[in-house]
Amino acid sequence: MRGRELRDPAATGAPAGAPVLEIRGVTKSYGDHPVLRGIDLAVGEHQAFALIGASGSGKSTLLRCIDLLEEIDDGDIFLDGEPITVPGMNPVPVRRRLGLVFQSFNLFPHLRVIDNVTLGATRAQKVPAAEARRAALELLTRFGLESRAREYPDKLSGGQQQRVAIARAMLTRPRALLLDEVTSALDPELVGDVLDLIRELKAEGMTMILATHEMSFARDVADQICFLEDGRIIEQGTPEQILTEPREPATQRFLSRLLHANRL
Amino acid sequence: MSTEYQLTTREDRVQSRRRRRRRDILISAVATVVVVGGLVARVVTASGWNSFRETFLSATWFVKSIGGVASGFWLDVRMFLIVEVCVLALSLMIALVRTFEYPLLYPVRLLATVFVDVMRGIPTILLIYLVGFGVPALNLKGVPSAPVFLGEAALAMNYAGFVSEVLRAGLMSIHPSQGQAALALGLTPAQTLRDVIIPQAVRRVVPPLLNDFIALQKDVALISILGPQEVFRTAQIFQEANFNYTPLIAACALYLCVTVPMTRFVDRLQWRTVRQRGAVLALGPR
Repeated sequence: MRGRELRDPAATGAPAGAPVLEIRGVTKSYGDHPVLRGIDLAVGEHQAFALIGASGSGKSTLLRCIDLLEEIDDGDIFLDGEPITVPGMNPVPVRRRLGLVFQSFNLFPHLRVIDNVTLGATRAQKVPAAEARRAALELLTRFGLESRAREYPDKLSGGQQQRVAIARAMLTRPRALLLDEVTSALDPELVGDVLDLIRELKAEGMTMILATHEMSFARDVADQICFLEDGRIIEQGTPEQILTEPREPATQRFLSRLLHANRL
Repeated sequence: MSTEYQLTTREDRVQSRRRRRRRDILISAVATVVVVGGLVARVVTASGWNSFRETFLSATWFVKSIGGVASGFWLDVRMFLIVEVCVLALSLMIALVRTFEYPLLYPVRLLATVFVDVMRGIPTILLIYLVGFGVPALNLKGVPSAPVFLGEAALAMNYAGFVSEVLRAGLMSIHPSQGQAALALGLTPAQTLRDVIIPQAVRRVVPPLLNDFIALQKDVALISILGPQEVFRTAQIFQEANFNYTPLIAACALYLCVTVPMTRFVDRLQWRTVRQRGAVLALGPR
């Protein structure tokens, strides 16, 4: 059993200067199949961390564990120095402080774009409807989507849908944004707009963890890149270091395969 | 020897299409006249036709009975509306309990499963009869013994068995990622159900739901076996007093006035769903 003092913010020296998100020794299996085998990570204010690695390496599962959509088996996750993975804790208030964007958008097909964006604010944050609407329109305008506000999501292109999904996550003013391969389901010509948007959010100081297959994007936007394999962080460093002079053989193998596939 | 082919002009194609259309219309007209005319001729030339017309299709008795029959029908309409609301509420509860597994609700889920199986397995008329005569015999405190109420209750339970399964299929057809997206936004599980899952599920099963409600409209008449003077019973009283069956035909006419528009509406709704899903329809010859 892990020490109680670990879960006590005072004993961790938090919250002053504490990382926005801290992950310590997190493990997770589905049945007999271990997906995360002990992840340690600390993401500071305004930092962007990119998780790279092959499909099945645990990137998505880690993001889902952080947003408490999956229960972890062991370890701790701290948000602003406060443990959020205490058994029996209500996950709802924690999820309200984080934003998660999915690979497949997961917009609500029965709601118009504007209502997709305001649902979280009006229901979870109890923001008055008119105020949420105003804020949502402002955000959609910024994302170049104001003309689509009254449409249903299935009338939009994939790139537009994903930008709506990002707007939906942003309207609740999350402490950190978790982006789960947000461009993997998009046609190549639609990827650019979504990546530009994320760059912009990063420039404004949004703290984020992004699982991605876009190495050039990770290089641009991330302060740190973590290479995952089989549920472990094999190597972590600056984009320069990881992408140009990886130390670990596993990282080298992964990158050379990408290079071979012309994806670097 | 070379053959000179004449090239088809646009005009030729238009002409040919027009000829084909004309031929199709002619064939369907002739077929309709032959089939319908043949049936009518057989009925009209039957030896009992004249007395049948007197006892079943008498204009006089139709006019005389239509007022009374219509007031009976009004009771059916009211019973239908009440039962429909109860069915919707009851089946949504059953569907939710059976779809989402809360440990606290385990006994309720077990009960709901048994309820659905039993209700779907008993003939409607038997259930109405048993509830209508069984509950008053029990003499339960606080339970009204009015036949209309008991008939409505029996019918609502019977239909809830079917409708809850329709709703459950709708709930299960919503991809789990929808629920996760709602939870990730910070919605509570209850809000997720109310704002995201249930609206989508219900939309998806509207045509089969409406089908069940068309059936319910008609089955309301079964409550007559408990005695309330709804449309069937009223028409029957007329018939027994006057030895004329026309009031029953009047009752049918009233039913058709309600069920046919509703059926058409549901059909159109189903077609629209098919078209929206982009299904290619290839029916009949060109």
